[in-house]
Amino acid sequence: MSIYAKLAYSFIGLMIVLNWGMLMGATMRKIGARMAGRHGIPFKQPWLNLLKNISTRTIITHGVMYYIGPVFRLTGGIGIFLFMPVIFTGDPNGLWTNFSFSGDLILILYFQVFGMLGMALGAGEGGHPYSAMGIARGLAQHAAVELPLTLAILSIAIQYDTFSVYKIVEAQQGGIMNWVLFTNPFAAAAIILSMLGALGHSPFNLVKAPNEILIGPATEYEGTYLGFMMSAGAILHVMEAVLFMNLVFGGATSWIELIVKSFLIYFWSVFVGMVFPRFKIEQSITWFFKVPFALGVLAILMYSF
Amino acid sequence: MSELDLNDKMSEMLAKSEANVENSEKTFVRPEDEIREVVAPDGSIIKVNPLYDYFSGERPQEEKPRGGIVEKFLNWARAESIWVLGFGTGCGSIEIPPLVTPRFDMFRYGVQMRPTPRQSNAFIISGYLSVKTLKRVIRTYEQMPSPKYILALGSCTINGGMYYDSYSTINRLDKYIPVDVYIAGCMPRPEALLHGFVKLKQLIKEGKAEKANEYARNFDEYKANQKKIIKDWNMPDYNW
Amino acid sequence: MKELIEKLSSKYELQEVTYQRNNLVFAAINKDSAIDAVTYLRDYEGYTHLVMMSCVDWIEEGKLQLLYLLNSPSQKNDIGIRVYIERENPEMVSAHHLWKSIWTYQRELREAFGINFPGSPRIEENFVVEGWDDMPHMLRDFDTHEYAEKTYFPRGNRKTNDPAEYMRAKLYPNQPVTAKQRKDDK
Repeated sequence: MSIYAKLAYSFIGLMIVLNWGMLMGATMRKIGARMAGRHGIPFKQPWLNLLKNISTRTIITHGVMYYIGPVFRLTGGIGIFLFMPVIFTGDPNGLWTNFSFSGDLILILYFQVFGMLGMALGAGEGGHPYSAMGIARGLAQHAAVELPLTLAILSIAIQYDTFSVYKIVEAQQGGIMNWVLFTNPFAAAAIILSMLGALGHSPFNLVKAPNEILIGPATEYEGTYLGFMMSAGAILHVMEAVLFMNLVFGGATSWIELIVKSFLIYFWSVFVGMVFPRFKIEQSITWFFKVPFALGVLAILMYSF
Repeated sequence: MSELDLNDKMSEMLAKSEANVENSEKTFVRPEDEIREVVAPDGSIIKVNPLYDYFSGERPQEEKPRGGIVEKFLNWARAESIWVLGFGTGCGSIEIPPLVTPRFDMFRYGVQMRPTPRQSNAFIISGYLSVKTLKRVIRTYEQMPSPKYILALGSCTINGGMYYDSYSTINRLDKYIPVDVYIAGCMPRPEALLHGFVKLKQLIKEGKAEKANEYARNFDEYKANQKKIIKDWNMPDYNW
Repeated sequence: MKELIEKLSSKYELQEVTYQRNNLVFAAINKDSAIDAVTYLRDYEGYTHLVMMSCVDWIEEGKLQLLYLLNSPSQKNDIGIRVYIERENPEMVSAHHLWKSIWTYQRELREAFGINFPGSPRIEENFVVEGWDDMPHMLRDFDTHEYAEKTYFPRGNRKTNDPAEYMRAKLYPNQPVTAKQRKDDK
């Protein structure tokens, strides 16, 4: 495929992922509202929020580093999308494999942290003390989440002897019993537990919850910047679910399968969130250092001998 | 804007602000907000006025709506997604939590609560407003992005309500900040508040909810009224 | 409580003694020995808990009346010590060496009635109202309605359907009620 066709297909895929991310977010809020007995927001609410945020007439800025927050977050989301093969069709240069190459697992792990770091610079430049507190908590929690996640991903890479997401998805085709969920249960369990921290719902939503210190890192952002960050959030939610789907649950062979699987994976974290209250930061960090860390270490030990 | 422009702007604002400070509010400025000289790391001495730092020395500008079908579309989006600031200023703020309960669900109308004024565009002034709270309300109102809407809840904002003869609550809210929708009652029921939101949505869709521009046009008049009753003014003239 | 009053009257001069209930009694002591009496009650009679300290404005007699309300947790009864001070530049000895929490009441009385308590912590700061520059607002010759009309841009055309005002206008049509009407009447 020529580079222009590849770019066009990547752009279409990004648009599908963005819209599905916003629809998925609205669906989750609607489910939460129905559980509380309310009607909940209409399905078109995230698009209206985005339109309203873009159309504010005045905006404040605190300097050049202030722009880095939303820009890096959006870059992180788009970066994960561009280097991830979203649909598996048996052809390594297929329509929807974007720009994936043989070492892209490490790159995708890097892009996950990218957004948080940019937010740290932007929130610090904003000058609000609550933003600084929020981002300190966010980075600490993210560091704790990455530990069992990386151990489990390394274990899967050792098991299948590759660092390419495409090869891992290819090795899981041909029936449910080939999924990593059943061939490497410790790594799958560690990933499923640390997924709760990565997707940012209760009990690990201290960083972003509005009842905590204002709204955490995004306190000073308004208007278009907030619109950027919300769309980046939508893309990131879908792409994290797609990453876990590719690594543990066998990948997707069509868009319908991707939509269903990412919905179910994201629903796992919302389901846990509906039932459990919020952890404090020290509680959540020590939680990640107990059971998920042990599972990750077991997963590495199983496949390194 | 470039480094040089920023420096020029700041020194201009500093000069303007010093003239401002000299004829008024010297006694109420806190010790950490006074004009002072700071030694920079490279040895040069910088004069700093914390109250008027960065952009607080400017006046609000009037932002004209774009007009035509684009503005109609954007007004529709603004009306369907109203983010209310979660600042309960008086006794009427007890009528806002029922809106989150299943009986009077306000999320169906697109109304959501936000914690910070930088991200919200509607402000509910609920009930009586004492002079102490008015100072904080003005500071919060000026920090919100334009276009912004004010809903005045209760009779105390209309003519003083049952505190009309009190020495520390105001009688008419629209002498100090411009109001879009008044909701009468003492206290209005949550259904009345929802009706007020519906009226506000109607006004936004017709393009008549441009009170932020009116605030910018009559800024001197509003500011004079505010300074008349707030006697310990220790903030910039326009906080944004 | 009668024994207590007899003990007190043998030490200090009590002026008006009122037995309100069988566990509440009020006594008036003159200004110089009031803090002495309160200290004696706190240390020797077991009235260790300060319920409140407040003030009443007797404008017709030209005095302010302070009240120290004490409670004894062991005997479960209350005693109120009333002190009369003058209305012009009122001043009273501060009691913050007895109960630390009395500084709040003294700060409030300084703002509301103008009574100075020299030495009380943070007595110079505002209590509730910021930037107040008129006379102390709880004194009865401060007309709050007039102040509100002068400062706060009233809208006018106010109609009221208050039943108390309606009946008062019907039954006692020509008697002054508010401070303003009392002033106009004179």
